[in-house]
Amino acid sequence: MACTMTPAPAHATIHRPDTRFSKEVIERSGINLNLCWNCRSCASGCPFYQAMDYGPNRLIRLIQLGLWKEALESRTIWLCVGCNTCAVQCPNAIDVAALNDTLRVMALERGVVIAEPDVLAFHRSVLDSIQSHGRTHKLEVMLRYKLHKKNFFTDAGVGLKMLAKGKLDILPTRIGAVDHIRRIFQQRKAA
Amino acid sequence: MLTVTRDVSYFPGCSLASTAKENNEALKRVFQHLGYNLVELEDWNCCGSSSAHSIDPELGTELAARNLFLAPKGRPLLVACPSCLIRLRQAHMHIRESASLQKHFEITLGRPFDPDLRIIHFFELLEQPEINQEFPPRLQGLKFVPYYGCMLARPPCMRLDKNYHGLIESVLARFGATALTWPYASVCCGTFLSVARPEVVTPMVNNIVRGALDAGANCIVTACAMCQMNIEVRCNLKEKLPIIPLSQMLTLAMHLDPLKHKKMIAQHLIDPRPLLRSIGLI
Repeated sequence: MACTMTPAPAHATIHRPDTRFSKEVIERSGINLNLCWNCRSCASGCPFYQAMDYGPNRLIRLIQLGLWKEALESRTIWLCVGCNTCAVQCPNAIDVAALNDTLRVMALERGVVIAEPDVLAFHRSVLDSIQSHGRTHKLEVMLRYKLHKKNFFTDAGVGLKMLAKGKLDILPTRIGAVDHIRRIFQQRKAA
Repeated sequence: MLTVTRDVSYFPGCSLASTAKENNEALKRVFQHLGYNLVELEDWNCCGSSSAHSIDPELGTELAARNLFLAPKGRPLLVACPSCLIRLRQAHMHIRESASLQKHFEITLGRPFDPDLRIIHFFELLEQPEINQEFPPRLQGLKFVPYYGCMLARPPCMRLDKNYHGLIESVLARFGATALTWPYASVCCGTFLSVARPEVVTPMVNNIVRGALDAGANCIVTACAMCQMNIEVRCNLKEKLPIIPLSQMLTLAMHLDPLKHKKMIAQHLIDPRPLLRSIGLI
């Protein structure tokens, strides 16, 4: 199966650069992006590079150049799963996964176009499940996600096989202190 | 065999508590045999998984922190899932380094923070001398590739931690299994993209399985429940290879509750029983 991807343009046009953007990202993430040599070790190690629009090094360059919209609207920030392969290979130990955590938060705050809405929907399905039970209930996560996709047929076969093998619990396990967990979520929403 | 049993706090995580129950049972049994009593953390909650830190890192710290404060003082906290391990360790590191976070959690959780809490992966216990006892070579005929996925890659703040490359190979070699070398031992399985972007993950896991076949393996052994699930669910090659959790491999190799664990090995989506029968293990 081929990946559906739009290759990034070879050159990004520098328009409306925001010089404060890089400073804000560095401050919020605590990661000194100016250590990046653009050696591309991160990109050559990243298992998801093929599906991304920018490799991690190019993403860092976008930030340095103040191209906030290109960075925050990239697929890259959503396709990064935080496997840390890039960070292990980076000669300057730049924590790219943590950088992407910060960029996702900023993308949501600024209300830009989310390049991978399905990934965001998946994360929200997981968090909804944790909020309800204190733990993830896999069947519920899948059903919530399918509700977002409005497609209950893809993977139905796998789901049934997992049910048959006893790998999907029908009912969630709810923790005793679920009220505490719900309070944490409410406070985060209020923040 | 040890006469003293040591208590260790245990955090199974959501995968081992649900989709990988057989792995959980096996892990507890193996460590019981090695002289450890895994005491499940009472009323533990999800560490936040990949999703909390992905869209709200502070929520991630909050969720992980509650578990850290539940852990009784004086014993290590054993974490079964490599991903939970990083989340819990990173949260512990953040809290240890921030007086204001410590104060915040001590007030909201009503317990003191333990800066000395050791958060360990089960690999650390497998390195202890207990595993060095003599075992019969029950795994002769097993030609496996070790699959670590991304579990040995860590964020830079944890880069000084010990590296466990080669552990699966050396542990299983004690039972007569043959480890094969291959290029995919540390390639990520795709984690949650398996749900949200399966078309990205399928070619990745196909490469992994093809790599194992090319190496001449008759199975893949992994220490991560997520890796196992992704490879089982997303690989669409005609030729399939069983992917077996290290913990279950050990219960069979050590002959622990053989009836129970032989039954539980049938729960995998790719049935490993024909292989295990062919080498006379079950």
